[in-house]
Amino acid sequence: MRRLSFGDAVRECLTQEMERDPSVFVYGIGVPDFKAIFGTTAGLAEKFGPQRCFDTPLSEESMTGFALGAALKGMRPVHVHIRVEFLLLAMNQIVNMMSCHNYMTGGRTPLPVVIRAIIGRGWGQGAQHSKSLFSYFTHIPGLKVVAPTTPRDAKGLLAASIRDNNPVIFLEHRWLHWIEDDVPAESFVEPLGVARVMREGRDLTIVATSWMNVEAMHAAKILAGAGINIEVIDPRTLAPLDIDPIVKSVKKTGRCLVADYDWLHSGFSAEVAAQVSELCFGDLKRPVQRIGFAPTPCPTVRTLENHFYPNAETIVRAVERMLDRPAMDLSGIDFYSHERRFRGPF
Amino acid sequence: MLTAPNERLKRLIRQTLLIRRIEERVIELYPSDKIQSPVHLSIGQEPVAVGLCEAMTPQDILFTTYRGHAYYIAKGGTLPELMAELYGRSGGVSGGKAGSMHLAAPEVGMMGSSAVVASTIPHGVGAALAAKLRGEKQAVITVFGDGATEEGVYHESLNFAVLHKVPVLFVCENNALAVHTSLAERQAFDTESHAKAYGINTTVIEDGNDLIKIGDVTAKLLASLRAGGGPEWLMIKTYRYKEHVGPGDDFDAGYRKRADMEPWWKSDPLNRYADIVKGMEAEVKAEIDRAVAFAEASAPPAPEQLLTDVE
Repeated sequence: MRRLSFGDAVRECLTQEMERDPSVFVYGIGVPDFKAIFGTTAGLAEKFGPQRCFDTPLSEESMTGFALGAALKGMRPVHVHIRVEFLLLAMNQIVNMMSCHNYMTGGRTPLPVVIRAIIGRGWGQGAQHSKSLFSYFTHIPGLKVVAPTTPRDAKGLLAASIRDNNPVIFLEHRWLHWIEDDVPAESFVEPLGVARVMREGRDLTIVATSWMNVEAMHAAKILAGAGINIEVIDPRTLAPLDIDPIVKSVKKTGRCLVADYDWLHSGFSAEVAAQVSELCFGDLKRPVQRIGFAPTPCPTVRTLENHFYPNAETIVRAVERMLDRPAMDLSGIDFYSHERRFRGPF
Repeated sequence: MLTAPNERLKRLIRQTLLIRRIEERVIELYPSDKIQSPVHLSIGQEPVAVGLCEAMTPQDILFTTYRGHAYYIAKGGTLPELMAELYGRSGGVSGGKAGSMHLAAPEVGMMGSSAVVASTIPHGVGAALAAKLRGEKQAVITVFGDGATEEGVYHESLNFAVLHKVPVLFVCENNALAVHTSLAERQAFDTESHAKAYGINTTVIEDGNDLIKIGDVTAKLLASLRAGGGPEWLMIKTYRYKEHVGPGDDFDAGYRKRADMEPWWKSDPLNRYADIVKGMEAEVKAEIDRAVAFAEASAPPAPEQLLTDVE
């Protein structure tokens, strides 16, 4: 199979969905410009014309409400934001309008809208270009929230999101755009609401979101060297949450670590921990543990940023504590390759 | 000046009367707690909705506000389903999930109404651009109050609509009040000249009781949209007789005077054409009685309805 980067998989999916369905259009600030949202919308304006791929004024609320109106008229808008923080300017439309419109009309106004947004760490992005905000969206009934990790899932889950008749928030970690993997060339759909077991293991279950799957896989490899066998599960769709494979895994391993790419307090990790605690109580050998962002705004300076974001090392240490293992010597292991690869300015 | 009563005027008066009387029935029923949610009555403002909707076909699309009973009826929504919705019954237009503030009847182009001021303005812009892209000659009106013109999303929507020549009619239903606060206490700008700054054509109707004029002006503006013209902006001045929310009068609350109402009461088509109205009362009452009976007979939604329509 052909290898493709996550970013190119997103672009290929958008191209194929626009080809197969004339009601799909893609828009947002900077979408048709020469940088094309880190390349993910490159070529769309040229191929499909300015009516189906266009830039917008800096008007997040209006341009989100615009999607709702267009969806009511049978279109399938894909609205793109270069940073998830900009969605905070559109929360009235997302939370007060989109999430409940179909409910308020007794099911007569389905809203096939996709909102793509880039999340997470880049290059010294500071407090306002660095968040994930998963639980802002997963908290709201009527929204689906998707956070793919692999290039294949990026393509298949985005296609499913575009074809879904509900508002979908589609969150892409900035660093994932470079990940390369096998991706089918033809158009395909990965169903929403289905978790993926990234790696099987018997000693401990890690439930990881978005970029934390990369870190969890890295940690699992390091831990395997010490004879510790980790199972990694990527929920892929954060809402609705496919809890069954997680429960099945924890019943097998007896230990669950939630590695979230977000703050812990009232976060998605708390939801997973609560459900696992309820459903696996008798099988847990240890209380469910969580790791995530430090409970601070994101600092800009790298030395502090390295401590703000969790990584494979954070995971290794948490696993060791949960298994009553002594701390391994991790000197010589490179934990920040992607951060060094990202050379800015944005 | 209103022209001599003819069939068209009679039709418009009848619709105004129907809206007035059904909302008066709401006032009567309200103390019984059969309607257990806030109601924002359009009493005094009905001619705006009636005139605007006269110019629209059932396929044309309307977005409006929480003060939406008049629009629902004028756009062609059915009365029994409206009353059952206010009662929170399974026979309601949205099975009780919408209630008074979120009325919608997509089958007749009434696409939604919002309790958060200004929020439906961009919906009209999106629907209008979608209709244009699809090559459909549907006209779209998005209605909002004068308070909405203070919200950022209003400015954002005007800018985008002009920039992309979106065929949408923005209608500011100006009752000069945001809850209990006058226009002068809220706005440093003149609403019309501010809109003009975006390069949009503006029209102002001073007498929001002039059914024929509202109908005629709207028809002309919609014809321009259908012919491929860019967005239009229309302000219709009107007057709210009742309190912001609820069934009562509040002229003794101190924020306005009963005398303010006098000129509007005089030009109120239901007073002006009292003789015509008189002849319509019995039929209108019977229609409302049937709607109320339907609501009374309709069962509350089954508990399992709570979990439907969310995905």
